[in-house]
Amino acid sequence: MYKIRLWAVSNARLMEKTYAAVEKTLIAAAPILKKIGYERLDKPVAAVEKVVKGVLFDCQMCGQCALSSTGMSCPMNCPKTIRNGPCGGVRADGFCEVKPEMRCVWVEGFAGSQRMKEGGDIKVVQFAVDHRLKGKSSWLRVVQEKTASDEDAAAGAKS
Amino acid sequence: MNPSRYEDEPVPGYPLPIRPGHSSPGRLERVLRDGHFAVTSELAPPDSADPNEVYERARLFDGYVDAINATDGSGAHCHMGSLAVCSLLTRLGYALIMQISCRDKNRIAIQGDILGGAAMGVCNMLMLSGDGVQTGDHPQAKPVFDLDCMSLLEIAKTMRDDGTFQSGRKLTSNPRVFLGAAANPFVEPFDWRPQRLAKKVAAGAQFVQTQYCYDIDRLQRYMQAVRDMGLEKKVFILVGVGPLASARAAEFIRSNVPGVYIPDAIIDRLKGADDQKAEGLNICIEMMQQIREIEGVAGVHVMAYRQEKHVPEIVERSGVLEGRTPWHPSSYTGDATVQQQLDSNA
Repeated sequence: MYKIRLWAVSNARLMEKTYAAVEKTLIAAAPILKKIGYERLDKPVAAVEKVVKGVLFDCQMCGQCALSSTGMSCPMNCPKTIRNGPCGGVRADGFCEVKPEMRCVWVEGFAGSQRMKEGGDIKVVQFAVDHRLKGKSSWLRVVQEKTASDEDAAAGAKS
Repeated sequence: MNPSRYEDEPVPGYPLPIRPGHSSPGRLERVLRDGHFAVTSELAPPDSADPNEVYERARLFDGYVDAINATDGSGAHCHMGSLAVCSLLTRLGYALIMQISCRDKNRIAIQGDILGGAAMGVCNMLMLSGDGVQTGDHPQAKPVFDLDCMSLLEIAKTMRDDGTFQSGRKLTSNPRVFLGAAANPFVEPFDWRPQRLAKKVAAGAQFVQTQYCYDIDRLQRYMQAVRDMGLEKKVFILVGVGPLASARAAEFIRSNVPGVYIPDAIIDRLKGADDQKAEGLNICIEMMQQIREIEGVAGVHVMAYRQEKHVPEIVERSGVLEGRTPWHPSSYTGDATVQQQLDSNA
């Protein structure tokens, strides 16, 4: 919902902290998740993610969540799905050029990033969306990536 | 003064040798890297299949611009495509800036166009996210936006510097292009705009053209931030300017064209003028002269939509070329058969 989405961005720091806790828990549970199988878990976890992030951020389930780098404002709500905004069409009052009744996702996102501890990530260029990941769980992907890189590091240390 | 001609000037339609440290075999990159104040303008592609309409529109700018932008469905309206416009004009030796918008094509089509454009002699490409389809004449169209301007810049840079598609598949010849982007210093969030320019530079932008400037103070503040970050040394900034036809037109643009900021003072000045159109030209010329003085600005981009015929007068009166006459096809004095070919096309 639009109003909740705006609320989430204006509480970007709280969202950041909450997500950090979720991520930490999931990473701690990684051995169990791995045992069950990430593929088997994807559907149920994605369903939870869709509800939670749908309510809070109007999440569109692109499957490669960038909220931490976009001031907690989901870029997929931009009518042009710009991952590195805002575009040059922002109206004088900070509203969207395409949907004049909506606040620019990126004007909000920049404000949100200013409230976050790690908000500086907004300065990093986000690459184009991989459309194959649409509908899949972002959380599980992050856990897999982070634990894989830890395992790599551990393997590297041993050798 | 005679039109600028290089010692290694090729037959029109063929590339210049690429200088050491340059990305492209183009004139625009040379003009900018030589430290000249550059002038570019924009060609509105015709709603027509007749190449003569393209030639006529380009010829209006002869001797006054260093490169011509070929817009890509600007304002989400249908027109002749930018790749085709570029292909017609590069054959005559014109320097083109091929605009590529992410609105209408996915990454497969766009990467194909980058290769095609470079093969047709396009030396400059300007990457845009593009206007929403809702603003155009086909609001029922499917908006593509597979990429945005940043990822498009990265992809083009990879193709040029690493010689691969985004997929990693190898090219047999890299597109030697000078990469551009758009910037809008005149709208919110002002603090973020210079940072966003830094992102575009990181993604691969070597020059930017800005949205219309009607407020020098805003531009000054933006350029101050840009200089503080040292960005003006990494990217050539061409500031957008354009004549307003009347106070009514200015008011219409202000309320209907998102991203264009026109202060009240400009509209009042137009209202108070006996000849509003002439005053619009005067304002544009004064803007150019003031922009010329700002440290870190590399040129101007004159967007004279439906007033293209006034571009020579605007550029001439502004004096920003400082006596320089940019190269144009009719200045070619070499081989007679080539001359004939150019004459019959232009």
